[in-house]
Amino acid sequence: MTPDVLQNSAVPPNAALSPPTVRVRLRINGTERTVELDTRTTLLDALRERLQLTGTKKGCDHGQCGACTVLINGRRINSCLTLAVMHEGDEIVTIEGVGAPGALHPLQAAFIEHDGFQCGYCSPGQICSAIGMLREAEAGWPSHATADVAAPRIALTEAEIRERMSGNICRCAAYPNIVAAIRDVAKGARG
Amino acid sequence: MKTFTYERATDPGAAIAAIARGGPGAKFISGGTNLLDLMKLEIERPTHLVDISRLPFRDLEDLPDGGLRIGAQAANSDIAADMRIRSRYRVLAEALLAGASGQLRNMASAGGNLLQRTRCPYFYDPLYGCNKRTPGTGCSAVGGINRNHAILGASDACIATHPSDMAVAMVALEARIELLGSSGATRVVPIGDFHRLPGDTPDIETVLHPDEMITGVVLSAPPPGRQIYRKVRDRASYEFALVSVAAIVAAEQGRITSAKIAFGGVAHKPWRSLEAEAALVGHPAKMATYRAAADLAMKGAAGRGHNDFKIDLAKRTLCRTLAQAAQEG
Repeated sequence: MTPDVLQNSAVPPNAALSPPTVRVRLRINGTERTVELDTRTTLLDALRERLQLTGTKKGCDHGQCGACTVLINGRRINSCLTLAVMHEGDEIVTIEGVGAPGALHPLQAAFIEHDGFQCGYCSPGQICSAIGMLREAEAGWPSHATADVAAPRIALTEAEIRERMSGNICRCAAYPNIVAAIRDVAKGARG
Repeated sequence: MKTFTYERATDPGAAIAAIARGGPGAKFISGGTNLLDLMKLEIERPTHLVDISRLPFRDLEDLPDGGLRIGAQAANSDIAADMRIRSRYRVLAEALLAGASGQLRNMASAGGNLLQRTRCPYFYDPLYGCNKRTPGTGCSAVGGINRNHAILGASDACIATHPSDMAVAMVALEARIELLGSSGATRVVPIGDFHRLPGDTPDIETVLHPDEMITGVVLSAPPPGRQIYRKVRDRASYEFALVSVAAIVAAEQGRITSAKIAFGGVAHKPWRSLEAEAALVGHPAKMATYRAAADLAMKGAAGRGHNDFKIDLAKRTLCRTLAQAAQEG
């Protein structure tokens, strides 16, 4: 049962009592979805509660764990710390849009091969974050682990991967295997 | 979260007018990574949000004097990735990369980073009195757990610290903040004057007027010398500083010829140390010089019980950073 009083309420809307809503057009995994939302709805809650895209997880709801990581215009962000209404016109990719059964994304295959998860709760966020991170590294972005931030090319060492992925927490401590999985794909991407 | 109406601003003048129309409950939102965190806890309760994230202030622009303007809407990660910042304002790139996480840096704006609020746990917890959150209710950190609180410039009304790394580097670089007001005029405030000390009114954190919007941060042509940002914290990543140092040091023939020093994690604002700088310039680039400068920088520093260690930590961090900077000078 969708806990959405706006959609299912039998009480006629009363402007004095109802929270402000907005009609928002969101483009998610290539498909446009239009929803009427309480302005307070985070992108995370819009995805999970209104659009039934429950692959993205709520871990802390305060931008501290990374379980809610999605890609917006190719960039990784915490969907819990942004409002759905702020993303009309953006290309949003969630874990549901990464790979497909029988046609896994290389990171998904690597996570399985390297046993990069136990409970799996952080995994959608880890994978979306890693996709964004690999793109950043490919673009030559330095990190806090980079000795010379002005160097034009970055070598994605284990230390670099750990630093760049530090916004994604795993309570099952699958970190060594997560790093191995990402390292595998990073090497493969280089050809 | 309290309810609010929302609009996306289409131009700066309209954005400022919307704030004026919305009254004291109207606020700008850009990345939202600090504001939404505080709104979820109802520490911030805007009634109207004006989204300025799409305004044309996202670029980094070369200036005729050899300086650079950073648009207020530029994402932290874009600033840190820009080769001009990485090669000419390295201390700023290092500071940005030392802060937050990849996801947060992608959303956080330069303006928002300047305006972010303290992470003092008492500020965050409505069960505890906090003069910053609710004036007149006291400072629970004084006499409470104050391990990560201020050792300089504080008052009995508030011992909170400013959490930004970026701002510390910008203070060392003597950046200037451009503020657009409702008259359409832009005023420029040196960053050292932008953030306030707590005094008796810790709820007022900057000199920003209610009708003003930060539009850019201007850097002068790069100062001489080597630029380093060093951050000391409990964890290796994704944590605020206990103490940090932004240092820009030039040395010639074993003598320091110029120095800019700022500390993070020690005060209600990034702490520029003119005293340390004066004790460095003209002196030999040796540890004895650095120690003397560090003692001067921390003159008047006072711990509150759990943060006394920060005084020595700040001195040692400064010495280490100066030694590193002068070495390759």
